[in-house]
Amino acid sequence: MFDVVIIGAGVVGGMIARKLSGYNLSICLVEKESDVAMGATKANSAIIHAGFDAAVGSLKAKLNVRGSEMMENVARELGVKYRRNGSMVLAFNDDEKTVLDDLLERGVKNGVEGMRIIDSDELHRLEPNITDDVKYALLAPSGAIICPYELAIAAVGNAMDNGCELKTEYNVKNIINDGDCYLISDGENEIRSRYIVNCAGVYSDAIATLVGDTSFSVTPRRGEYMLVDKEFGTVVNHTLFRVPSKMGKGILVSPTVDGNLLLGPTSEDIEDKSDVSTTAPGLDTILKSVYETIKNPPSRSVITSFCGLRSTPDTGDFVINVPCERFVNAAGIESPGLSSSPAIAEYVAELLSGAGLVLEKKEDYNPIREPSHKFREMSLEEKNRFIAENPAYGRYICRCEEVSEGEIIAAIHTNPPARNLDAVKRRTRSGMGRCQGGFCSPSIVSILARELGIPFENVTKSGEGSIINFERTK
Amino acid sequence: MIKTDLVIIGAGPAGMSAAVAARKKGIESILLLDRNPFLGGILEQCIHNGFGLHKFKEELTGPEYAYKYSKEVEELGIEYKLGTMVLDVTSDKIVTAVNEKDGVFTVQAKAVILAMGCRERSRGALNISGTRPAGIFTAGTAQKYVNIDGYLPGKKVVILGSGDIGLIMARRMTLEGAEVKAVCELMPYSGGLTRNIVQCLDDFDIPLLLSHTVTKIHGDKRVTGVTICEVDENRRPIVGKERYIECDTLLLSVGLIPENELSKKAGIKLDSITSGAVVNGNRETSVPGIFACGNVLHVHDLVDFVSDEAEIAGNAAADFIMDNCSDSAVQICLNTGFGVRYTVPQVIDQSEDTRVFFRVTDIFKKAKILVKDGDRTILTLKREHCAPGEMESVLLKKTDIEGICSNNVNILLEVEE
Ligand SMILES: Cc1cc2nc3c(=O)[nH]c(=O)nc-3n(C[C@H](O)[C@H](O)[C@H](O)COP(=O)(O)OP(=O)(O)OC[C@H]3O[C@@H](n4cnc5c(N)ncnc54)[C@H](O)[C@@H]3O)c2cc1C
Ligand SMILES: Cc1cc2nc3c(=O)[nH]c(=O)nc-3n(C[C@H](O)[C@H](O)[C@H](O)COP(=O)(O)OP(=O)(O)OC[C@H]3O[C@@H](n4cnc5c(N)ncnc54)[C@H](O)[C@@H]3O)c2cc1C
Repeated sequence: MFDVVIIGAGVVGGMIARKLSGYNLSICLVEKESDVAMGATKANSAIIHAGFDAAVGSLKAKLNVRGSEMMENVARELGVKYRRNGSMVLAFNDDEKTVLDDLLERGVKNGVEGMRIIDSDELHRLEPNITDDVKYALLAPSGAIICPYELAIAAVGNAMDNGCELKTEYNVKNIINDGDCYLISDGENEIRSRYIVNCAGVYSDAIATLVGDTSFSVTPRRGEYMLVDKEFGTVVNHTLFRVPSKMGKGILVSPTVDGNLLLGPTSEDIEDKSDVSTTAPGLDTILKSVYETIKNPPSRSVITSFCGLRSTPDTGDFVINVPCERFVNAAGIESPGLSSSPAIAEYVAELLSGAGLVLEKKEDYNPIREPSHKFREMSLEEKNRFIAENPAYGRYICRCEEVSEGEIIAAIHTNPPARNLDAVKRRTRSGMGRCQGGFCSPSIVSILARELGIPFENVTKSGEGSIINFERTK
Repeated sequence: MIKTDLVIIGAGPAGMSAAVAARKKGIESILLLDRNPFLGGILEQCIHNGFGLHKFKEELTGPEYAYKYSKEVEELGIEYKLGTMVLDVTSDKIVTAVNEKDGVFTVQAKAVILAMGCRERSRGALNISGTRPAGIFTAGTAQKYVNIDGYLPGKKVVILGSGDIGLIMARRMTLEGAEVKAVCELMPYSGGLTRNIVQCLDDFDIPLLLSHTVTKIHGDKRVTGVTICEVDENRRPIVGKERYIECDTLLLSVGLIPENELSKKAGIKLDSITSGAVVNGNRETSVPGIFACGNVLHVHDLVDFVSDEAEIAGNAAADFIMDNCSDSAVQICLNTGFGVRYTVPQVIDQSEDTRVFFRVTDIFKKAKILVKDGDRTILTLKREHCAPGEMESVLLKKTDIEGICSNNVNILLEVEE
């Protein structure tokens, strides 16, 4: 029997697990996929928003500003890359300029610091690759970038290091309130827990329905992206937004913390909650907008495209509440959910405490997680000392991102353990470079087979069913 | 820091052949580096026949061809380090590399030969829409799974791109019991060698769908099918000409990209068409003392030409180290005209005979290859048939180019119609 079961191991579930692992509680994080961070958390814009977008007085506004303030410290504790590069909202004409004025006003009311509107001269001086058609920009120096799945993986890892349990490939199908505890089931195995936190992303309305809460629904809103080779990672320094519309913040151009350039997202309401396919019109829309924003866009150096689903709630705001006893929703967490995640965790802990859960600080709680990119950042001497002790760090497996076998082995044996090719990729970046794993994936499959003690052909791309190889050849 | 006369990066056929040539010219201190745990480069996974017809007049497999050179490397006592990834090269010829035994180490060389080969273009570069399941491989990756690891990565296969690797894999997968449903080629002609089309597709009744592409990938966990579509003359999908093919695997053979990340670090000037370095007849790059050969310079279809090119680079690097270089004679830049996509070398030396390699832009029948200095024709060669997939060459004799000092030398095609 657990004190708390958290449903959904995205960045929100991960941050909540980490927060709760600081108390004397038995907690379990359950996730239907083969790895953590497989939902919206692995396919979004990766921006820590300053907080000028959300409506004044909304939960979104409050948690965004607070989360964004907390993020730098959280990233440091978790050993996650974070860069405060600042963001700009671009206006192409005077009409759009009035939108900037509104955003500025809203930002000030939301408590965002340091924002100002800059003119063409200044914005082109700061970002020489912006097209001449851009006339004004709203500069928000507190905007930042992060790697969202790295953050979620680190949060879950840190929670596990502090005693939280993780069950992957556990798809919650049924919940029964048994008086003083809940019986949770995936159809095969039952888990008992006194409290439940629902952070199931696009499926959070379905989970709420299981306990009789039908007060909201979540629509998947598709966002497609293109990722450009590192060679063009410095085309822009700030994150460049278009003026927002009803459907979102428009198509941005942003550097990533790993040095690539990110283009997207599109915005389209769809029906299928599992449809993360990219579309030809979507990719065209991105390019069209990017051509308007920056000079000579590197459209020929796209190395991959992908898609994420925003969990858009019909309430217009994050759904964070206690709909029935011992059950907390952290549902419909659309953008700026990543930015808000540490603040959401704080808030959920408060709600749990209000619902009767006793939060007693754990004496030996350790908020620090060793950065997974520790080896890369070592000096030459340190690296050599390290390689002398661990020769696997001298065997380079991924050429594009320069990842050693040692880092891959570590990813397989560190919380939360990587058990397939994509999981290794998200933890080490092997296969994320310009050749997209063409060269290294067979080697990583062998390493996974060896370290996990499973046959070569049982290694998958991303969990059950995603087989890479069939049988041995004759 | 270790000091060495010559560092060669990449121990495929190019690197090995360059090393052998340089040693035979008298260079004692050579260090050959490769990240693979074996000598031979990409040839190790090419277990099919067809290597060495030009150079050795026999049909060898890839590993057999590589063995001819690795044996010589051993016999000549050329020092090599395997499992060694080169991380950096500077224009001062300082090479940084890493392996499990030496850790991260640097070598100061007098000359460097770049022989890093190429990589395959991936799905991302094509922007094919749809899902991202397991079962999408570049042809070379699939070849590695089949030939090196001994596993079958697909049973019902569609291949996009009719480059040589794709064609070879169509046959390989069929022989291993898979069903290859189609090979789709965006262009109205195949980019592969004619002999591969006959031996790998026709002999197995595998349809080659010209002017076709894959427009969508289906499947959640593993590929379940692809949508293919005919394209118009601008290579855009024609609405209404889509067709769904059920399959569990999509192999991509859509081009090779010379692996020039290190060259960029050394500040070497690259040719935007070949994606390789700009070189002179010695295969010397814009950085004196750094040479390039093999697939890192431009993509070859025949390994025999790789070896020849690498010998030139190996000899020239040896001359550079021994300071034998003739005082720089007049250099002529070659320009490309109608029908010619690129030349290698891009710059030639007037004082010697040079064989210039090039690729044509399209399929041409009854074409004339012309080399012109301004309006004056220096040389004419007739060709019954040229195709982008088959490299062409012309020999420019010293006597042909003597006295020319203009930058107006053009290589072009003339088609009689
Ligand atoms: C296109 C796009 C752009 C965005 N850009 C930004 C941005 O720049 N900045 C920002 O702050 N935010 C951004 N966001 C929002 C941010 O990505 C999300 O708010 C955040 O990732 C939500 O995290 P989550 O943990 O709630 O959801 P998810 O990451 O979706 O996690 C939910 C998890 O629940 C699991 N699950 C679902 N059902 C079950 C079940 N029955 N049993 C077990 N597990 C289940 C899922 O598999 C999934 O792993 C963007 C979102 C999108 C889609
Ligand atoms: C699938 C396939 C089928 C072919 N079929 C035929 C055929 O039938 N007949 C024929 O004649 N030719 C064929 N070819 C062509 C021929 O084999 C190639 O052109 C030739 O192998 C290229 O030689 P190379 O030395 O330039 O490159 P490679 O063989 O690719 O060698 C490059 C080497 O450099 C190493 N390297 C790269 N970067 C680094 C670094 N940073 N640090 C350390 N090492 C590095 C690589 O590991 C590799 O070993 C085929 C090629 C392929 C790929």
